[in-house]
Amino acid sequence: MREGLDQWSFVIAAYAVGVAGTLATAAWSWLAMRRAEARRDASRKRRGRKGGGQR
Amino acid sequence: MHGFANPTRFLTLARWLTPLCFGLGLLLVAGALASGLFVVSPDQLMGETVRILFLHVPFAWLGMGGWSALAVSSLAFLVWRHPLAALAARGIAVPGAVFTALSLITGSIWGRPTWGTWWVWDGRLTSMLVLFFLYCAYIALAQAAAREGVSARIPAIFGLLGAINIPIINRSVVWWNSLHQPPSITMGQSAIAAEFLVPLFVSTAGFSLLFGGIVLARMRALIAETQAEARLRRKAQDFDTEPETA
Repeated sequence: MREGLDQWSFVIAAYAVGVAGTLATAAWSWLAMRRAEARRDASRKRRGRKGGGQR
Repeated sequence: MHGFANPTRFLTLARWLTPLCFGLGLLLVAGALASGLFVVSPDQLMGETVRILFLHVPFAWLGMGGWSALAVSSLAFLVWRHPLAALAARGIAVPGAVFTALSLITGSIWGRPTWGTWWVWDGRLTSMLVLFFLYCAYIALAQAAAREGVSARIPAIFGLLGAINIPIINRSVVWWNSLHQPPSITMGQSAIAAEFLVPLFVSTAGFSLLFGGIVLARMRALIAETQAEARLRRKAQDFDTEPETA
């Protein structure tokens, strides 16, 4: 026996979960990368400044 | 392959490849999903729920493909000791876990109106759940190894051993009675109508590019963190060895 379920609500739920999950992971990875590279560049600059002062 | 094991060469390549993967991936996924939602006609048997397969199938393929790539990277690390191979495996683990979880969730949403149940403990579903747990265990193990400064060999061995689950997932619908349908696409053959095949392949290509972009971004983040940490350590050493002026 088949239940009278509205198939479109399941389709929309699956698309919402799938798209939101993918975009959130992509955005989080991108931001984490930018933050880590900014931290590395800042530490490089600090070290460069310190090296310049010693010379 | 060995040429790209050099972090500087890898970063030069990854700097332009990361935004390209994200941009092109988003474009392909948007096109394929819009076509899946508004252009493709409902299936004779599945009805409107066939549209869920344009998400569910790429997620499942990439979850399995992700672990295969993780196992190859682990093997490369164990054999050639390339540090980038260990970083690649760590970069793959998180998107692999997310895509496996998404394949389980979207599959469950598809199952409710089609099979009349959200979940059954059959071979395919259970082995996919095992894959998700394997990813979680790998992430925890790799993070613990990095934090404690232990060799990355332990997570690499785990990554290699976990690959046993991949053929089990693949053959589960053949070996055991299952609610899940047998393979629809095999070498050179497809049981799927051409109308559904094109958006399915475009969506798979788009999600693969996004997966690749996420892996590259995570690898770049891991490299940057390692470099920043090494600089801080050197700075601390310089500070310790500086002669006292007072």
